[in-house]
Amino acid sequence: MGLMTPLDFVVSLALISVAAGVLGSLIGLGGGVVIVPVLTLLYHVDIRLAIGASIVSVIATSSGAAAAYVRERMTNLRAGMFLEIATTTGAVSGAYLTTLLPARSLFIFFGLVLAYSSFATFRRRNVAAPLTVSNDRIANYFDLHGSYYDPAEEREIPYKVVGIKPGLGLMYVAGLVSALLGIGSGALKVPAMDSAMHLPMKVSSATSNFMIGVTAAASAGVYFMRGQIDPIIAAPVAAGVLLGATVGAKVLGRVTSKTVRLVFVVVLVVISLEMLQKGLLP
Amino acid sequence: MTVMNEPSGSSASGASRPLGPGDQSRGALGRAGGRRRQLSPAEAALMEEKVRKVEVAISLVLRVGVMLSVLVIAAGLGLMFAHHSAYLPLRGDVSYKALTSKGTPFPHSIASLGHSLAKGDGRGVVVAGVFILILTPVLRVAVGVVSFLYEKDLPMALVTLYVLAVLVGSFLLAGV
Repeated sequence: MGLMTPLDFVVSLALISVAAGVLGSLIGLGGGVVIVPVLTLLYHVDIRLAIGASIVSVIATSSGAAAAYVRERMTNLRAGMFLEIATTTGAVSGAYLTTLLPARSLFIFFGLVLAYSSFATFRRRNVAAPLTVSNDRIANYFDLHGSYYDPAEEREIPYKVVGIKPGLGLMYVAGLVSALLGIGSGALKVPAMDSAMHLPMKVSSATSNFMIGVTAAASAGVYFMRGQIDPIIAAPVAAGVLLGATVGAKVLGRVTSKTVRLVFVVVLVVISLEMLQKGLLP
Repeated sequence: MTVMNEPSGSSASGASRPLGPGDQSRGALGRAGGRRRQLSPAEAALMEEKVRKVEVAISLVLRVGVMLSVLVIAAGLGLMFAHHSAYLPLRGDVSYKALTSKGTPFPHSIASLGHSLAKGDGRGVVVAGVFILILTPVLRVAVGVVSFLYEKDLPMALVTLYVLAVLVGSFLLAGV
């Protein structure tokens, strides 16, 4: 076996990125959740460059999936935009914390966050009926409720939103995590919307997809200036993920909420274990 | 983190349990909702039409941005391989690690990006394409501000304006 040349690297990483884009846009995670471990564990790229590439993949997933989602009307733009108040604020604070924390603690933190998210989602795997009444004052004032057409169930599903305050708190943490780890923090955003705010799972996934791009953009400037966005890594990641994300966005309409949740849980458990191992047994 | 399991517990405004299907009092308004008063069917239809236009606009902005960034990134990669034929073989002496290690040079400021583009360096072109990609969500939020104003929804327009301000601020703080 010869050395892996730059061309091998670009081609193989682009192919993996297509898969990451499909998965990321399906479950609302943004592909960063695949890209960071692939780059660090498989290609042995420095964690800080991996995080820079991941920020790019997150934006690619979000923008690639969004055109399809918005057209399919699954994204709750109002709720997403409202919650962005907390995530962008968290992301800006997090981007300045990242230089203070050593890489190992980042791995452990990442692993624990994902383990908790998978647990929270698994507990709700059989919940499908959305809320029909909400007395959350903030949600009512801004009218963050909505409805979406579910192609799998072939009907329009109206839903109400609750728990805006815990939702905002979790979204602030999600923004911090996003900036610290370069993941879209969909791992936290999806459970926050699904479990705490009772948005339907597919709406949570689609809305998370919308939000992660905005959150990632809030820390992208810092990463660029710090030299963490390496073009030879970013190019195949951006192109591959963009392609994959448009495919994943189309798949989301056709599968059931339970399927989306279970795929989400499996992905989180696997990656959480990998990250914990990396942090605890270097 | 326990708040996640009790949406009603920590929220002053409280929450309700699922009541099952049946109660769909405002189903007709659907996702075009956002008004704090009931609209007449004619108004609702007009609003629906406005919202649809906004969605089409947002989706167009995204697709143009995404296509443009992919084209620029691909052109940059092509340039890079054209200038460095040693990178090209599937089996060769140059490892990718030379390009992904901590010390590898690539533009990471507006000034160095400008120099790199002026020289026709592939890596600079890739970075420019990535930059376009990074700007798509920002542009999307900006379109959001305009669209909420267009829908005459001041509270949401202010919310979106705040998000836009934080985004722009994050780039200014970073010194871009």
